[in-house]
Amino acid sequence: MYLYDEFDRTLLTERVDEFRGQVARRLSGELTEDEFKSLRLMNGVYLQLHAYMLRIAIPYGTLSSQQLRQLALVARRYDRGYGHFTTRQNIQFNWIKLAQLPDAMADLAAVGLHGMQTSGNCVRNITTDQWAGVAPDEIDDPRVWAELIRQHVTLHPEFSFLPRKFKIAVGASDHDRAALRIHDLALRMHTNGAGERGFEVMVGGGLGRTPFIAKTIKEFLPQRDVLSYIEAVLRLYNQYGRRDNIYKARIKILVHDKGAEQFGKEVEAEWQSIKDGRLALDQAVVDEIATRFQYPEYVQLSNDPPELKKALSDGRFAVWHANSVRPHKQPGYAIVTLSLKPVGKPTGDCTADQMDKIAEIADRFSFSEIRVGHEQNLVLPQVAQRDLPEVFKALDAIEVATPNVNHISDIIACPGLDYCSLANARAIPVAQEISKRFADFKISENLGRLHVNISGCINACGHHHVGHIGILGVEKNGEEFYQITIGGRADEKAELGTLIGPAVPYDEVADVVEDLAEAYLDLRERPNELFIETFKRVGVEPFKERVYATR
Amino acid sequence: MPLVRGGRIVADNFTRIEDGAPIPNEGAVLVPAARFLADANELLQRQAPVGVIWPNDKNVSELAPYLDKLALIALVFPVYKDGRAYSQARLLRERHNYRGELRATGQVLRDQFVFLLRAGFDAFDVVKEADALAFEETAKRYSVFFQPTGDGRMTVARSRLKLHGHPTPATTRVNA
Amino acid sequence: MTSPLQQKIKITGPSVITANRLGDGAVVYRTAKHEWTTEIANAAVVSNATAATELLTPAKADGNNAVDVYVAPVKLENDNILPGNLRELIRMRGPTFELPYSFGA
Repeated sequence: MYLYDEFDRTLLTERVDEFRGQVARRLSGELTEDEFKSLRLMNGVYLQLHAYMLRIAIPYGTLSSQQLRQLALVARRYDRGYGHFTTRQNIQFNWIKLAQLPDAMADLAAVGLHGMQTSGNCVRNITTDQWAGVAPDEIDDPRVWAELIRQHVTLHPEFSFLPRKFKIAVGASDHDRAALRIHDLALRMHTNGAGERGFEVMVGGGLGRTPFIAKTIKEFLPQRDVLSYIEAVLRLYNQYGRRDNIYKARIKILVHDKGAEQFGKEVEAEWQSIKDGRLALDQAVVDEIATRFQYPEYVQLSNDPPELKKALSDGRFAVWHANSVRPHKQPGYAIVTLSLKPVGKPTGDCTADQMDKIAEIADRFSFSEIRVGHEQNLVLPQVAQRDLPEVFKALDAIEVATPNVNHISDIIACPGLDYCSLANARAIPVAQEISKRFADFKISENLGRLHVNISGCINACGHHHVGHIGILGVEKNGEEFYQITIGGRADEKAELGTLIGPAVPYDEVADVVEDLAEAYLDLRERPNELFIETFKRVGVEPFKERVYATR
Repeated sequence: MPLVRGGRIVADNFTRIEDGAPIPNEGAVLVPAARFLADANELLQRQAPVGVIWPNDKNVSELAPYLDKLALIALVFPVYKDGRAYSQARLLRERHNYRGELRATGQVLRDQFVFLLRAGFDAFDVVKEADALAFEETAKRYSVFFQPTGDGRMTVARSRLKLHGHPTPATTRVNA
Repeated sequence: MTSPLQQKIKITGPSVITANRLGDGAVVYRTAKHEWTTEIANAAVVSNATAATELLTPAKADGNNAVDVYVAPVKLENDNILPGNLRELIRMRGPTFELPYSFGA
């Protein structure tokens, strides 16, 4: 992972000092709320239903054990002992006091963590997939590029007051684990015919009121041109994105209105003026960043060591291993997912105690590194296979070894009306009820990969549009109702879900999900045809019939 | 609305000409865009300085023919959250090489000073006196800058290369 | 749904003025004495737009103490003031499920 140098540390300190001054000016009344709001948002400070919320960036989802311990400290010292991992590889604390925020931020800055640009109309946390740097199918580590871009967009003087937020994602494999196509700008690394590495550039993805899948505007952008090209896109967006209507202010609207081809041409024209200027990346600059990325000293190990073989004779371990452990690019190692979706509990939360224990386990078994995925689970990215039995025991003891990763109970849910002032309906209790219905791992295993996404309002922070089953909370006459969609996906075959019918009340959502699961089992051609594949084959009607037959 | 230039509050020697009002023969004048464009060449023949107020949704390249004669361009932040003028400023300074005074007007608050300076503004129509008085101190708030702009400040990338020279390629593995 | 903050004042039943305390974001209610209280029992209840405005205007101007001020519905039951919808119930009582806890705490 990236190690801060004196420049990175100085910037954070200066930022914390600035915010300390701004908070003081707010508390004294020198700044009005209107003047302060954008400033606090640019530091990740929201005002929610019952308290301030602090959103901290975990750049491209990579955390050191030291950082995780510090998050535990912040949770204990300033909050109520837990944090929530989000769909953008951030962590949120829900009960922070404004006056204490500068101190909390100073504690975070000490380990290189911050909330800069996790909100506001600026470029947000650059995300990638949680297996970056260790996945067998990557052509390179996208995190180096994510870090280069991150630095470039941090406190960018021209792009700190955009029409609206701007989210960037980077990937380096054909299989998209980072939901690239629902981002404002996405970069997919690949090689061209001549064996050179570059990026496919996609723009204009995004969910919310008007969801769009991103469009490719450049098939192959050489690595050297990454920063100048992004600059051109942002400059066009800054100048021509709509400022009159916040629901039409994202770049996806601009791209849609102009047409992707025309938008691409305009970017190209602006880019031509700057591509050979100071933003052209020479190898020295890239190498310089890359030297501060620390990689593990892998030991030479073989796959399927005897310790592992022996442990697989234990039923519980075997179930967990089959579900939560995946191949690593380095022989003898594995990628371990920690489910933060225990049955019946709030999704994506992690207590301070769990954080400390996970940090310890990471120190012992994962070269002190942890990852955060947009599915709101954690990952130990580099565990020796021979250590898996011990790792399982340790994870099981702190309840992060539920073998439901990618299953129907591995639900992605936004905080919803229980926390968020934008929400119309609750999301977390709906997730809890669904997960209880599918608590039996044999049942959820039989259903296979099935992504359920729940959003408590149209802002779609739960990414419901791209869920295999998507659930959107709405308000009707003071009651909570939920619209259900099926068939969405967030990967390289990204698609928006299809509505199955009229919204159903709060108490019926879990029933509907059970109906959908049953319908799938009846309709599938063979056991390994996934829910999403069955939907593609038969369409929405058979599912709709099943759900609404008795409603 | 105190005017800050060179880090200090100064008197504004430009007179803003309202729509319909006549332009005096003497004295520095600040003219709205439409008015300016209608009479640009004539105006720029004045002995005294001429400035133009340029709205934030108008392309600055329209000013290109006049940049070497304009003494002042005032760009607009209708609200501080509307950041279009940052792009305008950079384009004027970095693409069109404008060297006259570039003034930030509208809702100009303390917390934008550093961004404004970096984008190329050198004069500030500040809303609050307290902010104007704090200008010098606020401008020094940051010493680390990642992005190259026209302001001449050394970027972090450059500083790093100066410190370390060209590093060995990134295949170096470091002990965890 | 329109955020309560963007509503025009339309009182359809008993209502209170509510906001978030500046310092810690806690939910507060406006009293008849034009102060803020965290107890809904001490909130001033209004039932028409005029009375609401009388309370609301100074409340909104009290930005140094509370922010995001708006009119919220309540229910009156046997002299008790209760939150008038789910959102207000959650604001008063917190999330509707058990919060995560730390082991051995």
